[in-house]
Amino acid sequence: MEWETVIGLETHVELATRTKIFCACSTKFGAPPNTQCCPVCMGMPGTLPVLNEKVVEYAVRTGLALNCEITKYNRFDRKNYFYPDLPKGYQTSQLYLPVARNGAVRIELENGREKDIGISEMHMEEDAGKLIHEPENGCTKVDYNRCGVPLIEIVTQPDFRDGEEVVAYLEELQSILQYLEVSDCKLQEGSLRCDVNLSVRPVGSAQLGSRTEMKNLGSFRAVRRAVAYESQRQIAVLESGGAVLQETRRWDEDRNKSVSMRAKENARDYRYFPEPDLPPLRLDEAYLELLRQQPELAGEKRRRYRQEYGLPAYDADMLTGQKALAEFFEETVARGADPKTASNWILGQVLRQLSQRNLEAKDMTLLPRTLARIIELVERGEINRNTGVQVFDGVFDGGDPEEYIKVNGLRQVSDPEQITRAVETVLKQNPGPVAEFRAGKEKSFGFLVGQTMRNLGGKGDSKQVNVILRNRLSEP
Amino acid sequence: MKITRELVERIAGLSRLSLSEEEKKQMTVQLEEILGSMAALDRLTLDGEHALQERENVLRPDEETQSMERTELLKNAPETDGEYIIVPAALGQEEEG
Repeated sequence: MEWETVIGLETHVELATRTKIFCACSTKFGAPPNTQCCPVCMGMPGTLPVLNEKVVEYAVRTGLALNCEITKYNRFDRKNYFYPDLPKGYQTSQLYLPVARNGAVRIELENGREKDIGISEMHMEEDAGKLIHEPENGCTKVDYNRCGVPLIEIVTQPDFRDGEEVVAYLEELQSILQYLEVSDCKLQEGSLRCDVNLSVRPVGSAQLGSRTEMKNLGSFRAVRRAVAYESQRQIAVLESGGAVLQETRRWDEDRNKSVSMRAKENARDYRYFPEPDLPPLRLDEAYLELLRQQPELAGEKRRRYRQEYGLPAYDADMLTGQKALAEFFEETVARGADPKTASNWILGQVLRQLSQRNLEAKDMTLLPRTLARIIELVERGEINRNTGVQVFDGVFDGGDPEEYIKVNGLRQVSDPEQITRAVETVLKQNPGPVAEFRAGKEKSFGFLVGQTMRNLGGKGDSKQVNVILRNRLSEP
Repeated sequence: MKITRELVERIAGLSRLSLSEEEKKQMTVQLEEILGSMAALDRLTLDGEHALQERENVLRPDEETQSMERTELLKNAPETDGEYIIVPAALGQEEEG
């Protein structure tokens, strides 16, 4: 039988606010345990939560970017459960009136195919604390710094059919959140976490099979592998005449398999009820209109780079991969550089430097005007392209390209007499290759060009070197 | 609403409480009384001058203030190691988050 995999995603995103959702404690990652807590996020009696206005702004911005309808009359609800990661005994969340609903995200797949992934809803809630299990000591250690850090949870329709689509969606989501600057989206720091709901069914069936929920997916690679594994596992169960148990499973990346955590039949009864400590939140049209003025997102930039600058799709994809890189590109072009030339420099030299230093574009100190200047110097023939790269490396951490050229004596040699002298020397020193070239071996010409450039300390104007050398070789 | 013994056991289970037979009986009675008092609120007429004035949009700016001293915070915990709060092993019942 042919099977089809059906996947839906729940993604939790930590918002990059300075403070927690309901109190003024810092959200900074990596602080010593239990140093960013107060009576409110500890749920001490008599305290009252007050909603952070930045959380609302970030959530609404995200909802708009996901093409959602924004809920004008919002409330929060309590999701009750007893577990040590939550000192209050409930998580403040939104069940009945999520801030955003009915959106869609367009994803681009390998073969250029596009697909819309439906967003069923997105709500605001608070994160829980971090537990460190020490079974050998029979105890669990609790750090409440993360408790109350603002989250949005984005729930998709079951629109994915394979891991490739899931990863394409996560990449698009990550890009949107980074361009909006509402989250750092670091999987390894847990600021973006996704749970995969997966079921399989015979191809052509309209009914959904019974599904499992998978947690602990720490990277895109883990998502891809977990989807492949879980879909094969369910197919094997069904083909051997068994039934898929509706349950929560945990992905074990080291062992490359998913393991059962608990059956859903015993799913907790969360006894949701409206949060009485938080008054309703009403969003008016003027506020929404203000937030509709969004920064240009990666998808729009990609299209614009292709149309306005005539860049190939590959360049447009790469440049918009990091917002800081796209901005760097645009500013370099704004300072007069040809778009395709600027793109070549950025995708070649800038990315090479960044990967050597293990940096992200946003951490780079190189200024767009410095790159634009180097491009200009190469265009004007004051330095050749190889020297340009040398200058680029020399000023990557700061410095003036022209100063660098002067100090290191890198100005291009275009004086015909000096080049002719170099050519004469090379011809005299290499009678073999000269004879070979004259006998018709074109390859020897490249060798002689190389020798001449070397003689000129790599600074020769390559066009002139070519012309003078060829002229001289055609003489008897 | 009728509070039954089964309901008390269920709520106690969700709250990780183990009740003795005596306590279960007590709770059945007490919860019934509490719900009875709450039902009295439902009988109030809250319109006209008694209409509920609900505030909306109570928000705070995203500005940080000093958190609690950890030593103070940890005084509220049954057991600590000076950095973490220590609780009985809780592995294998992870939550939704």
